[in-house]
Amino acid sequence: MTARDENPILRVSSLTKNYGKIAGCRDVSLDIWPGEVLGIVGESGSGKTTLLNCISARLEPTMGTVEFQTRTEGMVDLYKMSEASRRMLMRTDWGFVHQSPRDGLRMSVSAGGNIGERLMAVGDRHYGEIREAASDWLEKVEFDLGRIDHMPSTFSGGMQQRLQIARNLVNGPRLVFMDEPTGGLDVSVQARLLDLLRALVSELKLSVVIVTHDLAVARLLADRLMVMRRGEVVETGLTDQVLDDPQHPYTQLLVSSVLQP
Amino acid sequence: MTPLRSSRSRRGYNFAYLDEHTKRMIRRSILKAVAVPGYQVPFASREMPLPFGWGTGGIQVTASVLGPDDVLKVIDQGADDTTNAVSIRAFFARTTNVRTTEKTSEATVIQTRHRIPETPLIEGQILIYQVPIPEPLRWLEPREAETRKMHALEEYGSMHVQLYEDIAKYGHISTSYDYPVIVNGRYLMRPSPIPKFDNPKMHRNPALQLFGAGREKRIYAVPPYTDVKSLDFEDYPFEIQRWEENCEICGADDTFLDEIVTDDQGGRMYVCSDSDYCAERTAAAGKIPSEAAE
Repeated sequence: MTARDENPILRVSSLTKNYGKIAGCRDVSLDIWPGEVLGIVGESGSGKTTLLNCISARLEPTMGTVEFQTRTEGMVDLYKMSEASRRMLMRTDWGFVHQSPRDGLRMSVSAGGNIGERLMAVGDRHYGEIREAASDWLEKVEFDLGRIDHMPSTFSGGMQQRLQIARNLVNGPRLVFMDEPTGGLDVSVQARLLDLLRALVSELKLSVVIVTHDLAVARLLADRLMVMRRGEVVETGLTDQVLDDPQHPYTQLLVSSVLQP
Repeated sequence: MTPLRSSRSRRGYNFAYLDEHTKRMIRRSILKAVAVPGYQVPFASREMPLPFGWGTGGIQVTASVLGPDDVLKVIDQGADDTTNAVSIRAFFARTTNVRTTEKTSEATVIQTRHRIPETPLIEGQILIYQVPIPEPLRWLEPREAETRKMHALEEYGSMHVQLYEDIAKYGHISTSYDYPVIVNGRYLMRPSPIPKFDNPKMHRNPALQLFGAGREKRIYAVPPYTDVKSLDFEDYPFEIQRWEENCEICGADDTFLDEIVTDDQGGRMYVCSDSDYCAERTAAAGKIPSEAAE
């Protein structure tokens, strides 16, 4: 891992989200450092996605704060900034990779247009330059350039997911949230995607929060792991440490229930 | 409020069909629209004696601004003699008795569908557009709450995706009507389905331009002398349509031309879509239109 900066890029303090009387997640605190990949694992319904939505400014928490290290103003509480600057942040400094590419792509817009949209959204008005950036990124995610003008619906699931990643990374975000990015893909495609993600993350020195129920994905990508159960964090630590020497009974169960081929 | 009843209006109906309270409500929306150029003001659109999509928005705006001394012109696709134009003109002639005209220069109020007259408009004139879909962001974003937020926060960058797709597919910006514009450097606006040929005419036009969408219940406006800029790319600047032909009736080379199929042998002719402008040019040249066509 690269040398740590002075401050974390994202700091979450005692975050709680209640849905009525039901707790989505309870009293979660965490720091994400520049260049770090944090994995959040746990079974379905353990509050992983609620937590991800809360810390990515998509769902306001009931209690607690989420602070982000902005480029100019230092640590800023996400839910205290104006909506305009929060949305600006989401378009520039952040990326969000959805589990289903249909949620993250414009299905009626070509691959090039999908990648170019983020550039245009922040004010790029030169067609040639947008086109070039789109081509560059298609190459980086191992696309055949001849397909730049094809619609996402003509792509396979794996290609759509790679397109979604390109679209998110094109304008150099510093923090990327991923919600089960490999879910729904078959094993060989998954492996290729993970390979690509790992290369991009280390090349671009991205900070990543990745939610997954797949421990293999977590082991490959994450530096650090957080295990969640019933809305609470039950164990946290370096990935290898958590997976090889689980302390909490639930983590032990989780690790032992992975199928060995 | 004194209703504008009198010998001028048809029995049993108020002047210009709508009752005075409705007109007042619509005028309030118009005032707000003029105060915030390009902003879509909601209004309580009424049932009109014709279906939505036939110009009910424009008709309600016209009914609200029309006074007994106004002179009304109605055009549809540039022409005064097409079905929509004839019906709406007859509607107002019967319900208001105002003078109607086909001459752009004589009219004080012009209701239009799909064109801006070729004859330059002047101060004091009001141009009223019929608008089918007022929301320029609709194709990007189906949620109304979200598009309003995008307008409020001026998040218009993604609009260029549409133009990007045009260039990627056809090599040039092929959107040719309802071409999105930025009004007064702030609001993104749909100019209604006028050809992009007419977009430059909206820019700093001395006339007041009002837009009414009846089904979508929105009114918006471009006040006189307001900046209207069409979206484009630095390397693909905004361009209007051009024709290799001239108008076959009046010979104009700077107007919007309609292609008319004349027989089933592939014969076709190009004529001005603005019938009044064409007729005036023909008259000025001392020809009558039928001779000129031959």
